[in-house]
Amino acid sequence: MNPAAYESTFFLALRRMRAPLITLILIYAVSVAGLTLVPGVDADGQPTHLSLFHAFYFISYTATTIGFGEIPYAFSDSQRLWVIFCIYLSVIGWAYSIGALLALFQDQNFRNAVRLQRFSRAVHHLREPFYLVCGYGETGQLICRALDQLGLRAVVVEVDEGRVSQLDLHGLSADVPALAADARQPEVLKLAGLTHHCCRGVIALTNDDNANLAIAIAARLLAPGLPALCRAESAETANNMASFGTRHIINPFDKFGRYLALALHAPAAYHLLEWLTAVPGTVVEPHRDPPRGRWVLCGHGRFGKVMVSTLEQAAIPVTIIDHAPPVEDHERWVRGDGAGAPALLAAGIEEAVGIIACTNDDVNNLSIVVTARELNPTLFVVLRQNLQANQALFDAFESDFTVVPSQIIGRECLAILTTPLLVPFLGEIKQRGEAWASTLLDQLTERFGWEAPAVWSVHVDAAQAPALLDLLGSASPPPVPLGELMRDPHDRSQEIECRVLYLARADESTVMLPHRHTPIQESDRLLLVGRGAARRDLDLTLHNENTLAYVLWGREIPGGWVWERLAGRHARAPGSS
Amino acid sequence: MNLEKVIFGFFIVLAATLNFGFFIGELDNPIHHDVYELFAAIVVNLIATVLKFGDRTHIGAIHLSTSLVADLQLMAAALVWGYSVHVTGAGMTPDITAKVVSLSGGALFANVVSVVILIAETIMQKR
Repeated sequence: MNPAAYESTFFLALRRMRAPLITLILIYAVSVAGLTLVPGVDADGQPTHLSLFHAFYFISYTATTIGFGEIPYAFSDSQRLWVIFCIYLSVIGWAYSIGALLALFQDQNFRNAVRLQRFSRAVHHLREPFYLVCGYGETGQLICRALDQLGLRAVVVEVDEGRVSQLDLHGLSADVPALAADARQPEVLKLAGLTHHCCRGVIALTNDDNANLAIAIAARLLAPGLPALCRAESAETANNMASFGTRHIINPFDKFGRYLALALHAPAAYHLLEWLTAVPGTVVEPHRDPPRGRWVLCGHGRFGKVMVSTLEQAAIPVTIIDHAPPVEDHERWVRGDGAGAPALLAAGIEEAVGIIACTNDDVNNLSIVVTARELNPTLFVVLRQNLQANQALFDAFESDFTVVPSQIIGRECLAILTTPLLVPFLGEIKQRGEAWASTLLDQLTERFGWEAPAVWSVHVDAAQAPALLDLLGSASPPPVPLGELMRDPHDRSQEIECRVLYLARADESTVMLPHRHTPIQESDRLLLVGRGAARRDLDLTLHNENTLAYVLWGREIPGGWVWERLAGRHARAPGSS
Repeated sequence: MNLEKVIFGFFIVLAATLNFGFFIGELDNPIHHDVYELFAAIVVNLIATVLKFGDRTHIGAIHLSTSLVADLQLMAAALVWGYSVHVTGAGMTPDITAKVVSLSGGALFANVVSVVILIAETIMQKR
């Protein structure tokens, strides 16, 4: 059902209340008018008639079954006869009206309409930046949780009603407006805030490539400036999205193919990348590097094809086990089921160095690797996990790589959304070579541990660093070296636990791992890595000029006008200490 | 012929005529203004209001608002009547009568607007 139809449901509901309401009005009118016409007697036995006022009063409390008795005088029998009639009439009237009202509230269309209304109001009233997440499957849940931890708002559109109601159970700290509707409809996306001025990006994560494509197109046409992150599992969809300028297309298999290629030729760079893009709250476990030698691959599907081409590019021989091998190539193909020992033996598992189990069935994959490990305990195992629900099984089996498409997409999305500078930095890592990456990785993990670090960007502008901007914009700005800024606002002899990885200047020049004496300038963008506490400390320094002065020069600036005057603050030259 | 349109037009015109019937006469003479006619006007106006529920067109919205104005004015008139006759016990003095009737005059204006819209809507119909 589309939103326009929902809207008309309200008018239909009103129409359906017409008959009960008119019935009630008529019943009241007939009862009141009749009661004034029926003769009665007053206290002195004189014939009298009830006034309209008294009649309306009497009918009001009788019809609502309150019953205060007969006023202003005891009724005559003819009046009582009429009142008997009125009582039953009004009971029927109320029963009918209330019944109709309750039926209306029970009506599924009406309830959907109310829900939609509530959702669109919640989205409309959002006054902080938010991301529109389409698809609340495993990836969507991961993204929403991570956004929540980062203090960012999200709006969810999911086609499955069951998943939407799960949202309440996930205990996110911020309220996430969610709607059970088909995100392929542009109207739904608009209601969910695609054109809202606070919307910072659209994330299309449904498990249907066509739906993701539809979302990408809608985002491109309705909100051209908005970054759209779209999951695409087939190459055709990805090409199609790219053709109309979708900026971020995430193909989990392709992505993992690149990870594996990187891990094969530059393990340290790979570890660094994994550590920097880890989902907040997780611990990265360094694993052994993939060996070179013959590999065995089970399941030549979408993922399998990407893996084969990755291994081929790295000049690693691979034997493929599949149910339907092409006939012309006997060298590399073994027909059969990887879960059975005969096929694995035929593929030469005993001499192989690694195995990739990448069928789309989790139980099959596990069965393949368990059998393979029994035949060859030193195998390097790459295991594809399709469903989050099987996490416990995959945890129990210690593979070297577990490929979870939802996690790959989630990490990629978060990296793009929250730290735009991370992508160029990661690109740079791949350029710099293995030794460089290895040194940096050792330095960083020694300082911050293997736990997922906080990675964030700071833009020296009015919104993110007002205090620093004031200082830099003053008449004779003092030099502000990066290292001085990274001091603890509570005790400046300590450094806060973070490090600047990357610096992008306003003139597009960039500095990798800037030195601590590098001066900071207006409109600089910094990529930082460290602990969450350091991020808060730095935010304080950048926002509060008193803290900034203390951090830079160790001087406490007196607060308030009087103290400023007394201390002669206006006379001092900045940076003179 | 559309039965719904007949009922709709009937109640709108009846609301206006009853209202007019109560309003017409000397402003402060209680003999010219029967309270039962006010009662009937209120009931018919309420029904006309409910009949206008659920129309999503622009004209439908204006229709509803004129009816709500008429309801408000007539109920105010009824309140003034009930208060003076039963609460203060002053009865229908020329002063009170003038108040009640002028309030119903305001409602009459709203009802006339309603009828005008009805006629305009009918004329706009191509058939």
